[in-house]
Amino acid sequence: MADAHLRVFRGGPGEEDRFDEFDVPVEEGMVVLDALHWIQGHVAPDLAVRWNCKAAKCGSCSAEVDGRPSLTCKTRLSDFDLDQPITVEPMRAFPLIRDLVTDVSWNYEVNKTIAPFTPPTDVPQEDWRWQQQDIERVQEYRKCIECFLCQDVCHVLRNHETAKPFMGPRFLVRTAGLEMHPIDQADRREYLKHSGGIGYCNITKCCTEVCPEHIKITDNAIIPLKERVADKYYDPIQWVWSKVRGGGSGSSKAGVELPVLQGAPPADQAPD
Amino acid sequence: MTFASATNAPQAPQVRPHDVLVVGAGGAGLRAAIEAKAAGADVGLVCKSLLGKAHTVMAEGGVAAALGHVAPTDSWQTHFRDTMVGGKLLNNPRMAELHATEAPDRVRELEFWGAAFDRTTDGRILQRPFGGHSHPRLAHVGDRTGLEMIRTLQDRAVAMGIVVYMECTISRLITSGAGVSGAVGYWRTTGQPIVFPARAVVLATGGIGKAYEITSNSWEYSGDGQALAYEAGAELIDMEFVQFHPTGMVWPPGVRGLLVTEAVRGEGGILRNNDGKRFMWDYLPEDRREEYAATDEEAATWVSALSESKQTDARRPPELSTRDNVARAIYTEVREGRGSPHGGVFLDISYLPPETVRRKLPSMYEQFKELADVDITTGPMEVGPTTHYVMGGIRVDAETGATRVAGLFAAGEVAGGMHGANRLGGNSLSDLLVFGARTGAAAAAHAAANGEAYVDPVQVRRATADLVAPLERTDGEDPYAIARDLQDTMQRLVGIFRVESDLDEALVQLAALRERWRSVRAIGDRTYNPGWHLVFEVDHLLTISEAITRSARWRTESRGAHSRLDFPGTDDEGWGRVNTLIVRGDDGTMTVSLMSLPDMTPELRALLGSSGH
Repeated sequence: MADAHLRVFRGGPGEEDRFDEFDVPVEEGMVVLDALHWIQGHVAPDLAVRWNCKAAKCGSCSAEVDGRPSLTCKTRLSDFDLDQPITVEPMRAFPLIRDLVTDVSWNYEVNKTIAPFTPPTDVPQEDWRWQQQDIERVQEYRKCIECFLCQDVCHVLRNHETAKPFMGPRFLVRTAGLEMHPIDQADRREYLKHSGGIGYCNITKCCTEVCPEHIKITDNAIIPLKERVADKYYDPIQWVWSKVRGGGSGSSKAGVELPVLQGAPPADQAPD
Repeated sequence: MTFASATNAPQAPQVRPHDVLVVGAGGAGLRAAIEAKAAGADVGLVCKSLLGKAHTVMAEGGVAAALGHVAPTDSWQTHFRDTMVGGKLLNNPRMAELHATEAPDRVRELEFWGAAFDRTTDGRILQRPFGGHSHPRLAHVGDRTGLEMIRTLQDRAVAMGIVVYMECTISRLITSGAGVSGAVGYWRTTGQPIVFPARAVVLATGGIGKAYEITSNSWEYSGDGQALAYEAGAELIDMEFVQFHPTGMVWPPGVRGLLVTEAVRGEGGILRNNDGKRFMWDYLPEDRREEYAATDEEAATWVSALSESKQTDARRPPELSTRDNVARAIYTEVREGRGSPHGGVFLDISYLPPETVRRKLPSMYEQFKELADVDITTGPMEVGPTTHYVMGGIRVDAETGATRVAGLFAAGEVAGGMHGANRLGGNSLSDLLVFGARTGAAAAAHAAANGEAYVDPVQVRRATADLVAPLERTDGEDPYAIARDLQDTMQRLVGIFRVESDLDEALVQLAALRERWRSVRAIGDRTYNPGWHLVFEVDHLLTISEAITRSARWRTESRGAHSRLDFPGTDDEGWGRVNTLIVRGDDGTMTVSLMSLPDMTPELRALLGSSGH
């Protein structure tokens, strides 16, 4: 079979940013990550690539292939015109570490600000009974493999609109999985509105398009959460009720501030 | 996070002391860290990858626990018996007992922490059948149970405020006269060395699959914990027992070895050769035949009862034999010319309604559709054996996970003893919960009872010098080439079927590879340099490959996952009474010896009933 031609972003501390080009022999069924491994094993042993399972289950090998945020382990070379070069770049939303590897630690810091699963204190666990259809709703959110491609493609994060503190689609999905768990007791609506910045999502659905787990992020996670937040703050009956009850239970972590996503994407780095 | 300079000049290490240092953040490491933290210890958790990416995330079929939700007659006693029988009675019986009795509580605890398991019709945790389990026993979330487990544990650890060192590799344990006192490693992102003084260290680094060319394991599975413990003076047991999972993908080449969950067979998948023959009927061991269906019709009755959640007297299909047996059967069919076009056999679930397949096996459906252009709802998959798990590992105390090195503990796949000669599917996820929790508690208690760790500066300086040596060489061999040759050696000579002449040849080749490794050179600098990282992984792989080969050569019988062509029989009176033991000799050479099996109480022996010797 013919070779594939890859243009791979290279760069890191003390190095000039550039694209290196590689000709990679193609085998049947090969994916972009196979090609990157071939390059490491035969031409450029120090090419930095983050990966683990190579089975689309761990979400480590995220990159931008011909401009599209993708898991390189499930992006087949046969989907491309091999007469043209295939360009592989790191995710642009996150600070560069080296080559195709970015610093995604911001996501882990955001995650810490979400109130954890809060079971009821008055129902013993042996009495918990949930129907399969109730749990399937939550299972959709919990399918997330944390590849952060949705964060990468989201314009608020990608364009570093840092005036808008925004948790991003990944953590709206995680919050939806907690809020809609059949027995979770915490109320994260104030957090979503004031800390998580749910209002900054203008439902362009880019996140849904890139999700390798096919989670309907916008329709099934973000919009229902927006509705819940709207109910709390803008529904007069709920507003009166909350005054009577004196607020929801467990509205913990409402006042937290999100960390700021640092760093500009490599291709946008202005010369000083 | 800040990044250090990219030069290769010596760097002073960071120092981060903890009461308990947990190495590895898969299920066992996370569970140990949670328990140690709950006991009041200051815990550091180190992982080679990002948090939540460890190999547990790939576990598919379920976690085994005798909850009795689907089969009310299930009990810890039957789970114990199945585990021992599956392990060909080489298991540490106390570990198998603790595992069977505590697994249900550990699974319920995950539910309490937010895990969303599939449900029975009456709203409780659903359980599915698996190979070697006499009852439907595996709590699951479709075929992505591992993801659910690791995310639940990760969220719990984050909520508890456990300090996590992501993309950080441990390269050496530090010891003193009193035992282990810490570890040295490096940040993968920057290459900066880091020292962790610790009163107790828990190894939870998983397995060794990357010693083989065809494996379901990721790059992380390089035998780090086994090798670190061995170097520090701990013992390795049962290293000859490497599990070849019967069903890995065989095509396309890039995904060869990728796991096809046993849940496919648990839900009714049928194995056939290229003649269309359901060959597993021919491979059931005579002494267990009565546990399996007698005809296609009986097997079909069992499958339809399962899909309708009804009780049945029909026995389970022959495809649900133990993994060692199914792997040998597939290997034999292929070797004798009855394989599929790409060198496997056919696994067919397409006779079930498509929506059932997609609901029960969603990630398998996706995996075959996206990576192999195969729709498993309309046609069969091609599958063949793949290196999956190591039953052997660091020898530990059943109650505490303690090794013979004071302050050094191990849990999960890196520890040996629990699974004997063959592990049942689903028992690894329960293993890591049960022994992760026990080990975390014991490590915290050890830390509380001991004073501040003394970290020997000579060992630290030697370890950090060893880190930069491959970068400083101006000439030397490529680590990728050594890794490829190692994987080829182990795949060809120490695979499913073994023979003395091959094992002898493997030892010669491993020694030559070790010589080549001594002058290995890493090109580039310290910033996220995978070639440099591979140097240390190959070091560990060479050590554990030698341990596997020496143990395999020593055991002159066939048992469980260890099949000797030159010794095809099982010798219960001799080899059935001993574990192999690997230790580092005083002169630094690897030595093999034998150890009598731990005693089994009469009560436990009675549970084995007729399935005993």
